[in-house]
Amino acid sequence: MIAFAIRRILVGIVLLLAMVLVVFVLFFAAGNPARDVCGKYCTPQKLANITQVYGYDKPITYQFGQFVKGLAVGRDYPVDDKYREALQKSNPSLVIHCDAPCLGYSLRSAITVNDAIAKYAPVTISIAVYAFIIWIVFGVLFGVIAAVFKGKWLDRVIVGVTLVVYALPTFFVGTFLLQFIAIRWKLFPYPRYVSIADGGVFNWLIGLTLPAMTLALFYMAAYVRITRAFVLESLSEDYIRTARAKGLTERVVLFKHGLRAALTPLLSMAGLDFAALLAGAVITEAVFSYQGLGLLAVISNRNSDLPILIGLVIVAGAAVLAANIIVDILYAFVDPRVRLS
Amino acid sequence: MSTLPPGGFQAEVTANQTTFATPAEDGVAASIGITSRTPAQLAWKRFRSDRKTMAAAVIVAIYVVLALLAPVLVAAGVLDPYLTHQNLIDSNGLPVGSFGGISAAHPLGVEPGIGRDTLSRIWLGLSLSLFISASAAVFAIVVGVVLGIIAGMSRRWADTLIGRLVDLVLCFPQTLMLLALSGLVVTWLTGTLRIPSGTTAQATYVIFVLGIFGWPSVTRIIRGQVLSLREREFIDAARLIGASNGRLYFKEVLPNLWAPILVQFTLILPAYVSAEAALSYLGISVKVPTPTLGNILSASIQYGSSDFLYFIAPAFLLVLVVVSFNLLGDGLRDALDPRTQR
Repeated sequence: MIAFAIRRILVGIVLLLAMVLVVFVLFFAAGNPARDVCGKYCTPQKLANITQVYGYDKPITYQFGQFVKGLAVGRDYPVDDKYREALQKSNPSLVIHCDAPCLGYSLRSAITVNDAIAKYAPVTISIAVYAFIIWIVFGVLFGVIAAVFKGKWLDRVIVGVTLVVYALPTFFVGTFLLQFIAIRWKLFPYPRYVSIADGGVFNWLIGLTLPAMTLALFYMAAYVRITRAFVLESLSEDYIRTARAKGLTERVVLFKHGLRAALTPLLSMAGLDFAALLAGAVITEAVFSYQGLGLLAVISNRNSDLPILIGLVIVAGAAVLAANIIVDILYAFVDPRVRLS
Repeated sequence: MSTLPPGGFQAEVTANQTTFATPAEDGVAASIGITSRTPAQLAWKRFRSDRKTMAAAVIVAIYVVLALLAPVLVAAGVLDPYLTHQNLIDSNGLPVGSFGGISAAHPLGVEPGIGRDTLSRIWLGLSLSLFISASAAVFAIVVGVVLGIIAGMSRRWADTLIGRLVDLVLCFPQTLMLLALSGLVVTWLTGTLRIPSGTTAQATYVIFVLGIFGWPSVTRIIRGQVLSLREREFIDAARLIGASNGRLYFKEVLPNLWAPILVQFTLILPAYVSAEAALSYLGISVKVPTPTLGNILSASIQYGSSDFLYFIAPAFLLVLVVVSFNLLGDGLRDALDPRTQR
């Protein structure tokens, strides 16, 4: 068991490094990041200066090594050793230390990538958790109802609505909620993010409701369908017939025998989907202008702020990898066949 | 990484496990007056008896015909998605007349702002969106199927390598990568590959990245299918008579995969129509004035309160496309895979 877990984690680390390498090569193929920050009145001299001070003139293998080292033990900016030491003496406040795991430094925003992500992450995490709760609760609920009433009108209505909701683009749903529910019909206060520290739990929840609903609707539709399929599949198993033959009530058959088998794979799937959201619900955040990681990505893309984009991709990939590993290990606990294969 | 199927609708694994009647059974069946049917006939019978899927198939067929007609009609001058009609726009920038300026010349009204014909734009947009999604789906399917067959058939390092590659691609955050890569790849496409900038380069980018991030799920499904196919007798037979790997992979295995390939294609395509719309909203797909369903919808959502027809028409069309393709895909899967009981 422990050997299995260690193997999984090692493979995960190798994959993460491979991902960092791919991202690094992809983005550096684009050219010198210093050019994007050099500004309107860029002179070759100024460009060369920035390039050197931030180490963009070094070979990419060296830069990659430095980046990985930063991830492991942290690093200091500016990168050029001599320049930094001189700066340390003349103007120590301009030397920036970036703690491990250091994801880089954005010249454009003059902030370490870690700080940028830390600043934008709370909004994303709040929306993701809220949406996750909505979509799991209602997705599973409607999915089970549809499965139990298979073929009846209730099932048809649920499946039909689900199909349409699944097809609606997130930005359309979000804009609809914003324009009609919040602005035109005033059924809900205009969505604005308020942190718990500023406005308390209630205002925090109110501010998050519409974005979380926007995000949750799509996943909810998917989960209704998946739950329905899983429950139908598990209800057609032999042990369900056995349970019924034993004379158990329909409620016990459904909740104790049917759902348990159906929901285990569902929850692990949900774990992966949730992890993927931590990279930022790009579209939802853009629709509601919420200062989350998704919006940070949109802004950084507009500004060609490569270090932040690289950092976001790595954080997102790490979240998905970590979720994968956790799910796999939990699964190995439950099902010995997994760990033996 | 995960031993679980990927999320979403594709988690419902497809299969083409049709049982073949042996000659002996045929004889018995004939003697008691039962006509034998081929697996394809059985599948067609199941497909035809499913009214919902038949309706979806008809709608999809209509869409495909409309999409093919659009460029012809534009060339013939029947549809004009680019001509502006400033005279049909009032001082607020909204169309003159009720319901978004409906008239005989403009059955769906005109676009607010500069007054281009909505019907023409939606029609040509549908055409371009389907073209982009279909190309991306073909890309993902071709790469996915080839790698899936190789992974499934080779029992050694190729399988491991492809498996790890799938894991690697799947752990990239897709939306983020699409966003982050847009500038770089479009520059590369226009600079290095000398693809004309503008619509062509943007469309190529969307096709390219959707395909790049789309193939892993196809590979997983195809590999699973190949794993069971490779144990069948006809593969052993082909091996015994000395067939090369290339022949085994693409002449023996590939023809047996048409059902999951067809199902995957029908399910991936609507997902890409939605993805194109989402990319348009983020401003990284084909840009106006060239219409796609995505960029029309991204423009129209600002007019929710002021021009409801313009707001709802593209959304309605997009939803109808996606729903019909999804229904068709589900129906095809049910017809081709009798074991699934949904």
